[in-house]
Amino acid sequence: MKRLIILGAGTAGTMMANHLQHELDLNEWEIQIIDERVEHHYQPGYLFLPFDIYQPEDIIKSIAEFIPKGVSLLIAKINKIDAPNNQVVLENGEQLHYDLLIIATGAKIAPEEVEGMKGSEWHKSVFDFYTFEGSLALRNKLREWQGGKLLVHITEMPIKCPVAPLEFSFLADSYFKHKKMRDKVEITYVTPLSGAFTKPKATEALEHLLHEKDIHIESDFAIAEVDNENKKIIDYGGRAISFDLLVTIPTNKGDELMARSGLGDDLNYVPTNKATLQSQQYPNIFVLGDASNIPASKAGSVAHFEAEILTENILRFMNGEPLKEEFDGHANCFIETGNGKALLIDFNYTHEPVEGAFPFPGIGPLRLLKESRINHMGKLAFRWIYWNMLLKGTHIPFVSATMQESGKKFD
Amino acid sequence: MEKMIAGKTITVNEEGYLTNFAQWDKEVGEALATEANIALSPRHWEVITYLQNEHKNDVALSIRRIGKSGLVDIKEFYVLFPNAPLKTATKIAGIPKPASCI
Ligand SMILES: Cc1cc2nc3c(=O)[nH]c(=O)nc-3n(C[C@H](O)[C@H](O)[C@H](O)COP(=O)(O)OP(=O)(O)OC[C@H]3O[C@@H](n4cnc5c(N)ncnc54)[C@H](O)[C@@H]3O)c2cc1C
Repeated sequence: MKRLIILGAGTAGTMMANHLQHELDLNEWEIQIIDERVEHHYQPGYLFLPFDIYQPEDIIKSIAEFIPKGVSLLIAKINKIDAPNNQVVLENGEQLHYDLLIIATGAKIAPEEVEGMKGSEWHKSVFDFYTFEGSLALRNKLREWQGGKLLVHITEMPIKCPVAPLEFSFLADSYFKHKKMRDKVEITYVTPLSGAFTKPKATEALEHLLHEKDIHIESDFAIAEVDNENKKIIDYGGRAISFDLLVTIPTNKGDELMARSGLGDDLNYVPTNKATLQSQQYPNIFVLGDASNIPASKAGSVAHFEAEILTENILRFMNGEPLKEEFDGHANCFIETGNGKALLIDFNYTHEPVEGAFPFPGIGPLRLLKESRINHMGKLAFRWIYWNMLLKGTHIPFVSATMQESGKKFD
Repeated sequence: MEKMIAGKTITVNEEGYLTNFAQWDKEVGEALATEANIALSPRHWEVITYLQNEHKNDVALSIRRIGKSGLVDIKEFYVLFPNAPLKTATKIAGIPKPASCI
């Protein structure tokens, strides 16, 4: 019997467990998945929790519920990977041999990377919404906040779901309007990038929306410290911006176990072939989801497209066939813009998000890079799709793993 | 597009970054620095040479990595190339603007 181990039972690991349970001969391969947690969180829901749009029970289910029969789930903290010896070492010292390893341990916030960020104001007037605890604490704060200067801030790239902070800004605008206190709140979007987004066409559309909603933008801001006493953030060039409420996206990093295993880069992401998803160091290790260093968005939709391609490559690897260099960085993200509307972007390594119709060229019904109500319905439906299709590895009809060029307005 | 600088013709993209490193030399670097209101000191040149080498080795450049390079810390990098140091320094160095991944 050979053993395949999946590290992490979040979005990506769970998808792989479901794909492989279908595809592998379980008389030949034993599949094991390991996670330290018992709860599976729908992380895109962390965006809605602060605004009382979702409640905690909408976004938490048990990990076990999504692990198929035939795959054994082990709840344990992983200490390290001893790759030269094909062993996973658990925190309790137990060693597990593998023939093939899939790394899907995701990314997490590291507020300690910035001086003062996790200081005396942490979860008092300085919040994150990238963790359940942060998002919930922020909800409680917003319920009673009387207004003032709100900063929505990105520490450094890359971050999970890079559009989430923009969405947070748009939703905040809507939320305060509903509470009839928008005039008491000044919203500023602070980013290390030169504009609202990294790609020109989407930046243009998004900056237009920021302007329309009276959200200011401070770009090229590389934070050096949070001054808790004077409630300011200060960048390396000495620029200071004061706040009453700071909502920050701290540095995102892969799990520390990668550093202990000698498998990570300076942010603990695992160097991975961006087309095959094979580790650059060890041929029997594959990486998907937020844990890899590939230059694609860290998003659940990306993990979904990767999982379809990786499943095929793992079968090829097992049969001694060459891997397919097929992953193109395809990402598909809804951007909530507030007031019951949303944008949709669809892009890959080489094609930036542009206008068009999706998934049917010329027809839609979804509109790319344009605000619409139906896009917003799509965003809300995404939660249902996530729990009922994505995690189970079900192919989403009409949406291919690689990006489709027709129906898009390229120059 | 083409641009005349330091008595030479260079090809740049719409943001002013050289598209062909072979067209770069020290005079071009000096002239680009002048456009950015920077007078290059030996310390600037050390950083520029470092960036060009990293680029040659296909290392993805980021402020964080430069801060850990042992050559300059981030504070000094900002003093040398104020405001958006990585963008300014790479432009002067004749290498592409670092793509921050998304
Ligand atoms: C606020 C927010 C909004 C988002 N919105 C969207 C969106 O709208 N659309 C979209 O597509 N994506 C969105 N995302 C991104 C999406 O949630 C992630 O890209 C996706 O969950 C990545 O899956 P993953 O399996 O790589 O990581 P995760 O789902 O985070 O899973 C990693 C798992 O590994 C486990 N693990 C890690 N280290 C260890 C260890 N040492 N020992 C044991 N277990 C370990 C963790 O417990 C976890 O269960 C959003 C994310 C956030 C934070």
